[in-house]
Amino acid sequence: MESLAITVVGHDRPGIIAQTAEVLSEYGMNLEDSSMTLLRGHFAMTLICAGQAEPAMLDAALTAALDASLSVSVLAIPDEGDRPRIGSSYLVTVHGADRLGIVARLASTIAAAGGNITDLTTRLAGDLYVLLAEVDLPPAADVSALQTALAQASAELGVDTTLRPVENDEL
Amino acid sequence: MSLSRPTLPVGRVLEVVRAPHPVLSAPGPAVDPADPRVIQLCADLVATMRVSPGCVGLAAPQVGVAGQAFCVDVSSHPKTRTSHGLIVLLNAEVIEASQQGKGREGCMSVPDLTGDVKRAGRITVRGQLPGTGEPVVVSTDAFEARALQHEIDHCAGLLFLDRVSGAHAIYSRKVYLDPAATPPSPGC
Repeated sequence: MESLAITVVGHDRPGIIAQTAEVLSEYGMNLEDSSMTLLRGHFAMTLICAGQAEPAMLDAALTAALDASLSVSVLAIPDEGDRPRIGSSYLVTVHGADRLGIVARLASTIAAAGGNITDLTTRLAGDLYVLLAEVDLPPAADVSALQTALAQASAELGVDTTLRPVENDEL
Repeated sequence: MSLSRPTLPVGRVLEVVRAPHPVLSAPGPAVDPADPRVIQLCADLVATMRVSPGCVGLAAPQVGVAGQAFCVDVSSHPKTRTSHGLIVLLNAEVIEASQQGKGREGCMSVPDLTGDVKRAGRITVRGQLPGTGEPVVVSTDAFEARALQHEIDHCAGLLFLDRVSGAHAIYSRKVYLDPAATPPSPGC
C-alpha cells in the first residue's frame, strides 16, 4: 500500500492547517503522522496520509485551496509500517557560535558510530546556534567512543556538545 | 536555618554576557570568600539581578567572571513554595536531590530561547557565605530548588541548553506586544 507525503511550506497565517485538513478530508485521505512548526517564521508542515487520492489531483486541490504564498508538494511513497526501534535513545545537545558546517560535522560523527537521528531541531538565535538531536544507537554501538568523537569534533568547531541517554519514566 | 549575610558593599550594575560567550561554557574555579574582589562581585551580582526585570538569579559567569559565586531571590515569584529570600552563595554544590520534575526555564544569557528542563524539586545545597566564608546548608524545594540548580550549573559552565529534555524542548521566547516596544524579560 502506498501513502502520500504532503509538504506545505511558506508564509505563516492562521487557518493553513484547517484548509489543508479540509481538502484531505474531502478526498478521503486519512491524516496519519504529521509535524508542523515555524522555521525562521516560515510555516513548515509535513504530513503522511493514507487513502486513494491521485497525488496530482490532490496537489492541484491543495494549491487551489491555499494562497500563492504557500508551496505544496504531494508525493506517493511506499508504506513503511510500524518498524520497531531497536537500541537506545540518546539526546545530543550542541550550542555555540554559528559557523558553517556544525550540522554536517556532528551528523557525520553520529552516522559513523551507527547512530540514526530520529528527531532534529536547530535554532539560530542571534549569534547562538543550538542543535538538539535524538539519536538511536544500535545495541552494539560504542557510546564512550562516540562521546569522545563528538567532544573532538566540538572542540574543532568551538561548540559545546553533550550526549545523554533519553530518560523514559515507565509508569 | 539562617542565611544571615555580612553586609555587602554597594553593588554596581554589570553587563550580562550572552551565549555563545566562552565564559558561560567554562567551569568556574572555587573563589576565596574573604577576597574583597569576590565580595564586590557578590554585591554586583545582586545589584544586576535587582535591576533586571523578572530575574530571580545571577551567576558570576553571566557577568563575565569565571568563578563559583551566585545570588538567587525567588521571594516574589508565583511558583515559589519555600523561599530563603536573598541567597548569596560561593563554591556551592548540591549534596542531596530528589523529586525530579520538568519545568520551563529562561536565562538572561540565552535571552531568545526557553527550554524544558528536568530538575530535582527537593534539594540540599552546601556553600559558603561571602566575607566570613561561613559554611551553610540550604534545603529547599520547588522554584527555589530549580533556581539554585540553574545557578550552580552556570558556575560549572553549564547552560539550561545542556539539560533540555528532548529534541523539541526549546522554544522561541514570546512577547505579547510589538517586539520593538517590549524587550523580552528573562526568567533568571
